[in-house]
Amino acid sequence: MVTQVLSLTRSGLADFVLQRVTAVILAAYTFCVLGFFLIVPVTYVALTEYFWSAPMQIFSTLTAFSIIAHAWIGMWTIGTDYLRAAHVGGLADTLRFAYQMICLLILFVYIVWSMRLIWQF
Amino acid sequence: MQVSVYRYNPDIDEVPVMRDMQVELPAGKDLMVLDVLELLKTQDPTISYRRSCREGVCGSDGINMNGKNGLACFTTVSQVVKRNKLILRPLPGLPVIRDLVVDMTQFYQQYEKIQPYLINNDPPPAQERLQSQQDREQLDGLYECILCACCSTACPSFWWNPDKFIGPAGLLQAYRFLADTRDTATVERLANLDDPFSVFRCRGIMNCVAVCPKGLNPTRAIGKIRSMLVQQGT
Repeated sequence: MVTQVLSLTRSGLADFVLQRVTAVILAAYTFCVLGFFLIVPVTYVALTEYFWSAPMQIFSTLTAFSIIAHAWIGMWTIGTDYLRAAHVGGLADTLRFAYQMICLLILFVYIVWSMRLIWQF
Repeated sequence: MQVSVYRYNPDIDEVPVMRDMQVELPAGKDLMVLDVLELLKTQDPTISYRRSCREGVCGSDGINMNGKNGLACFTTVSQVVKRNKLILRPLPGLPVIRDLVVDMTQFYQQYEKIQPYLINNDPPPAQERLQSQQDREQLDGLYECILCACCSTACPSFWWNPDKFIGPAGLLQAYRFLADTRDTATVERLANLDDPFSVFRCRGIMNCVAVCPKGLNPTRAIGKIRSMLVQQGT
């Protein structure tokens, strides 16, 4: 049975607002990165100076967490829409749980990897 | 004209089939699809469908005509027929009872959830609760819904989660009472909708608007409910 247990906030409104706020953050970050690549000649020194500056480290961290929240809300929604008994039979709950765990694992790996890149540990 | 009709009698048939029939249409007249169904019934009295008022008021004869939901009594053959073939199916997404008759239980359960009645615990006045003309105008485009289910059964979100997503028809009615100045249960009504499924499964694809035989706009009503939820929650 589809439930909201693994929903990020368990509130439709909070998920809705969070997904839109994170979308704005992702769009702003995309513009910052694209602007950098369009304006500044790309060298190793220029890249490290830009992305390892304190403001960009904070912005990159915010963006990485925004991706996690944005992606989880979207992937959870997809799973609860399509992985249902009506579509995939009696194994729906097991399949959906496995799908959600795989998504969470990928997002966990992604955030750890991002933090290593951003904060150089 | 060739008419292909969805036939399914669960007492006899293992699986549904599309059965082709021929109908002679009177020259120079653009019949309603319901008239075509009546002609088919003279050929085969076992064809089952719902109908009542035959003038777009009762909402009984919602069916899928050449891929688009609508009221059979309200839709002319020329509006839907393609390559001189009319394809009639039951409303999608709901269990079929027989032929073009669907089980609307899930649809009405969602309708029931939104408490489709005025809630006002203030002592009633001697005659009736009055509204200004401006307040009454807020209900235009909402109260006209006849609950034919054409919109909800055209909505993929309702197909996927018919037990949790209210659906466009129910949400249009939910906003009809949220917008009613005589109703005093706005906070409670909004609280009942603030879960990940009831309202927020709407993806705004506007199938509901495209098929509504009364020309209503459930997507706009859903947007207004979301705005009210955001305003209340922030």
